[in-house]
Amino acid sequence: MSSIFEPEVIEVMEHSNAGEDSAEAGLSEAEREEIDREFSHYEDKASVGLEALRIVQRHRGWVSDESLHAVSAYLDIPVAQLESVATYFQLIFRQPVGREVILLCTSASCWIMGCAKLQKHIEQKLDINPGETTEDGIFTLLETPCLGDCDKAPVMMIGEEMHRNLTETSVDEILDNKASFQHAEGSNHAEGSRNAD
Amino acid sequence: MLTNPLTKNIRGPQNIAIDIGSYRESGGYRGWRKTLDTAPDDIVKLVQESGLRGRGGAGFNTGLKWSFVPRGEGSPPVKYLVCNADEMEPGTFKDRLLMERDPHLLIEGMAIAAYAIEARTAYIFIRGEYHLAAARLERAIAEAREAGLLGANIQGGNYGLEIHLHRSAGNYICGEETALLSALEGRRAIPRAKPPFPQVSGLWGKPTVVNNVETFCNIPHMIDLGVDWYKDLGRGEDAGSKLFGVSGKVKNPGTWELPMGTPIREIIEAHAGGMQDGLQLKGFLPGGGSTDFLGPENLDLPMDYDVIGKAGSRMGTGTIIVLDDKTCPVGLALNLTQFFARESCGWCTPCRDGLPWVVEILQRIENGDGVPEDLDLLREQTARMGPGNTFCALAPGAAEPIQSALKLFEQDFIDHIKKGCCPYT
Repeated sequence: MSSIFEPEVIEVMEHSNAGEDSAEAGLSEAEREEIDREFSHYEDKASVGLEALRIVQRHRGWVSDESLHAVSAYLDIPVAQLESVATYFQLIFRQPVGREVILLCTSASCWIMGCAKLQKHIEQKLDINPGETTEDGIFTLLETPCLGDCDKAPVMMIGEEMHRNLTETSVDEILDNKASFQHAEGSNHAEGSRNAD
Repeated sequence: MLTNPLTKNIRGPQNIAIDIGSYRESGGYRGWRKTLDTAPDDIVKLVQESGLRGRGGAGFNTGLKWSFVPRGEGSPPVKYLVCNADEMEPGTFKDRLLMERDPHLLIEGMAIAAYAIEARTAYIFIRGEYHLAAARLERAIAEAREAGLLGANIQGGNYGLEIHLHRSAGNYICGEETALLSALEGRRAIPRAKPPFPQVSGLWGKPTVVNNVETFCNIPHMIDLGVDWYKDLGRGEDAGSKLFGVSGKVKNPGTWELPMGTPIREIIEAHAGGMQDGLQLKGFLPGGGSTDFLGPENLDLPMDYDVIGKAGSRMGTGTIIVLDDKTCPVGLALNLTQFFARESCGWCTPCRDGLPWVVEILQRIENGDGVPEDLDLLREQTARMGPGNTFCALAPGAAEPIQSALKLFEQDFIDHIKKGCCPYT
């Protein structure tokens, strides 16, 4: 991630009114409402930080520097503190990700059941390494710690859906379906409207 | 008599959750209503007497843990209860089942626990990937509120309780209870020094109890049916029943509620159907990725905390990972260590620097580039990650499968080095 001392980022801080319906804070009304609902659950605003990042990510797909600064201003949490949280948790994306994020379980039970071979297959099929996104912007592949479905290993999660007892054939089928769905959805969907929870 | 209190509402393969109506019809929330007519201290004593030990892995007496919370007049007015639903131990898949299929059992158990320690706010800290469990818990909390079983002035009395769901976003270390509290406060999940223990100074500095999902699920029926019934559920030294699981190359991997003290052989052979055809059991991790390997000679041990402890491992989460004779033990040790290295919070040196070093050595051996001295280096490095040298239990836990693999499967390590390749590929 870029340092906050870089000029381009300072510029971002000054122009944080990105969303069309956003007020000074740079958050949409829907985002603010969702964040506000969390306040009553905790003793202080800082505790809402992670939840706020999740909310913003759900609306925008990832957490840009701009989004981070908007949340920081809204919650009155120092940027550095919020950034320390954002970069700590692996499900907060500080880089753009594909429309379908593949969380491939690579832990012990899945490894015994052959996830390493499966991972190679996915990497070759999509022509990406873990942490990368396909050129068409559809898939991001991430290795993930144990997904807690070990009796059905190997497993992966795409979006909120678990896929179990995977084979190369079933993986091909799942990914092909997702790809054709996304191609069909494709261009008529604006950036911000995806990944509804 | 009821013998499967944890799973009695979980029937059939269809993944549906029991609603509040059916839950109450089958005796649900009876334990909670009884609790409301009992003094908090008596609940704590009862749970302590029952012998229930924490199902998250550490196996500490649950009632005793609660008893450290300052209670009664003059005690801090705000206290918290937290449910650790950050199930992420490699090979562990039991809390997911409980939350997805019987969310009210967890909520009832939490309500009883919160009442006992005089907490009026509780959190379920659930891992971000458990979407279905989170949705079902949220719904169940709303149902319980609507029925007057949660919220202010429960059942017309003075006691009130709110349960909030906190969705996390990854990181195994959040399962360590003090790291979990840091995360819940909106900070990086870095473990805290103990003492003070959370029961005295926990969430936002207030007395706090953190228990595992399955631990809470043990409580409703214990209150309803009594301590003697609960103790009798166990077959051996320990009380109650437990979710045991088996994964790896067995015929029928899965999860089963069985009495504490059920022999490992029975779990693997009778319930998991034994090894797949043509494979032999080479070893197993009895309770998740951070427990020591045991060998076939230990199969007749009962799954009781102290028995498994004496055998040189830990019962941990009770979910067994089976290693077969066609899977490379060095590769498995490497996979586990890669997991722990990635999940280290980076706070203290033996873990942050030691684990990647061990990964490098294991990778070298697995690739066939190892040298005989590497085995001693592994022993030295893992000893340095041991208890007392680190801030929390992550690195000592990570050392356990490596150290035990070096004992049980030493010949496999030597073969890799001698042959200059992995003999299993």
